[in-house]
Amino acid sequence: MAEKSIDVDKLEALWQGKLSPKGPDGNPLPFQSPEAEKAYKDRILLIKDTIEMNKLPDRVPVTVFPGMFPWLNAGMTMEEAMYDYGKCADVFVKFVLELEPDLRWGAYAPGSGKMYEILGYKLYSWPGHGVAPEYSYQANEGEYMLANEYDPLIQDPSGYFTHVYLPRVFGALGGFPMLPFLPGILEIYGLPLFFIPFGLPPVQATYQALFEAGAEALKWVGPIGGADGALATSGFPTLLGGFTKAPFDVIGDTLRGTKGIMLDMYRRPDKLLKAMEALVPLMIGMGIANARQTGNPIIFIPLHKGADGFISDEQFKKFYWPTLKEVILGLIEGGCVPFPAAEGYWNTRMEAMQDIPKGKTLWMIDQSDMTMVKKTVGKNACLFGNVSSTMLNLATSQEVKAYVKKLIDTAGKDGGLIIGNGAFFDQAKPENVKAMVDAAKEYGAY
Amino acid sequence: MSRQLVEAIVGMREEEALKLVREMVNSGSDPLAILDSTREAMDLVGQRFEEGTYFLPELMLAGEMMSQITEIIKPKLAEMPDIKRHGKVLIGTVEGDIHDIGKNIVSFMLDINGFEVLDLGVDVSPQKFVEAIREFQPQVVALSGFLTLSFDSMKNTVAVIKSTGLRDTVKIMIGGGQINEVVKEYAGADGYGKDAVAGISMAKKWAGVK
Repeated sequence: MAEKSIDVDKLEALWQGKLSPKGPDGNPLPFQSPEAEKAYKDRILLIKDTIEMNKLPDRVPVTVFPGMFPWLNAGMTMEEAMYDYGKCADVFVKFVLELEPDLRWGAYAPGSGKMYEILGYKLYSWPGHGVAPEYSYQANEGEYMLANEYDPLIQDPSGYFTHVYLPRVFGALGGFPMLPFLPGILEIYGLPLFFIPFGLPPVQATYQALFEAGAEALKWVGPIGGADGALATSGFPTLLGGFTKAPFDVIGDTLRGTKGIMLDMYRRPDKLLKAMEALVPLMIGMGIANARQTGNPIIFIPLHKGADGFISDEQFKKFYWPTLKEVILGLIEGGCVPFPAAEGYWNTRMEAMQDIPKGKTLWMIDQSDMTMVKKTVGKNACLFGNVSSTMLNLATSQEVKAYVKKLIDTAGKDGGLIIGNGAFFDQAKPENVKAMVDAAKEYGAY
Repeated sequence: MSRQLVEAIVGMREEEALKLVREMVNSGSDPLAILDSTREAMDLVGQRFEEGTYFLPELMLAGEMMSQITEIIKPKLAEMPDIKRHGKVLIGTVEGDIHDIGKNIVSFMLDINGFEVLDLGVDVSPQKFVEAIREFQPQVVALSGFLTLSFDSMKNTVAVIKSTGLRDTVKIMIGGGQINEVVKEYAGADGYGKDAVAGISMAKKWAGVK
């Protein structure tokens, strides 16, 4: 695919907009002190310079992107974190204020258990609903899209999601299959026929569930969004604008499932390729819309089923990378900073993925060999992570500090490095998390 | 036709393989011979996986072919023949964790490598492991876990096995996305596999398979 021109202005506008945090009404939020304002702006410019790789920043920034660690470490169960929104938000604020990372994300990970109950969510088990109260929610792998449903997905993804997929994963959306074919609503003749479904009890029950879910989501976002405001005005920016996915993972994670997509590579490769192509503009659009909505440029892309050991290099180059690359380039073109997270090991893929525009992306690296990553993807992209969950759980603080120093020496010499954890961890020794942050501050000055 | 069948399975030509099996059954071939060819093919697929030329798509498709072929020839067999097994492996994802992709791959690879496998599924409590050790009497217990919570679940499982006096009757291996030597030490396991291949070779070593 031809390289497209990059819209520098859209991205620059997002960065500039970030320099003054805004409340839900769009008005600027007052900082809690002049020091907080300076710290906030310095941190944003530090991250921006580190990602853009144009000039050497003052120091190596540090971040902590935990899974459920902040809540478990505070002595909450995951069940409490998912049902007590106020406490969930407060604990997260405290977590960030204690560690003082340069970049953070929000208190979004636990989500709203109550809302999942209202919707009858089946795709995940969560505390009290298939998982013990103290554990995190986990996905129920399955074939939620059937092998013979590629054509409807390709032809009309939104229609497929509404009529087929969503009712399968949300028990309360059982009325959706009865909805009319909306693009058929064209003229007055026979129009009432289209609206009959909206009068039927199953459809009305579905909408009732949606209203309740929406009301619950608003209850949730109050304190959770409030935490973002409190942290921003205290000097701690978030830059995460939302997420999108590699088309291969869209199908392999929650539609066809791992086994489904692996078999489809042999049984119906053309359909699979066509479906992934159809998803490319949707995944780009989702990322750009998220960034516009939140005013944050960085769009997270968790990478899953293309990791070392899942598929061959040849399969990676045919099935995984081309559409992921299109999504990455499309996001850049739309003024976003794509943030792929290579979870697990991706050593064998780095060479294939290095062909990306310089200074436009941020990559979270879990356990891949950082020296090799620096020589490939890291030539063109800012890297972040590589302090493993195992290290945060089981190493000594001294070992963590030594590892961070080594990371700075090997991968951070010329900038383009942010210190952080490699994978989303739920458990860790708190002193190790602190050691990671402290070591970055201690050894990270250029 | 047996050669063709082996080649079709190993070459991942599913339709051709199934067509061959139907033809062989219809022309009166010995169903046991078909089963032998299928097993031979699985062995070759396993070897290619171990060499790093085959990956999950091939393992999963091979597994699908094997179960479809078994379905076709089952009515022709008085009973499924026993095959000689190297030993028994008890496997499961530890308490609190419901991830099963890695575990299923290891189960499948153990099976085609000649082990009798009892798979307890996911979110398996230490007590269930203990009961299964008593009844199934495996030489090897394989604990799987993907989340960081599984470190403690693995440690706890090993401790409970120890407290019931069964620790010396089994070798324990662990595996999963974040597992390494340090976790192995922490959990008190005998070994860890970085991937399925490493796990299988460890099981073979422990069972005394050359």
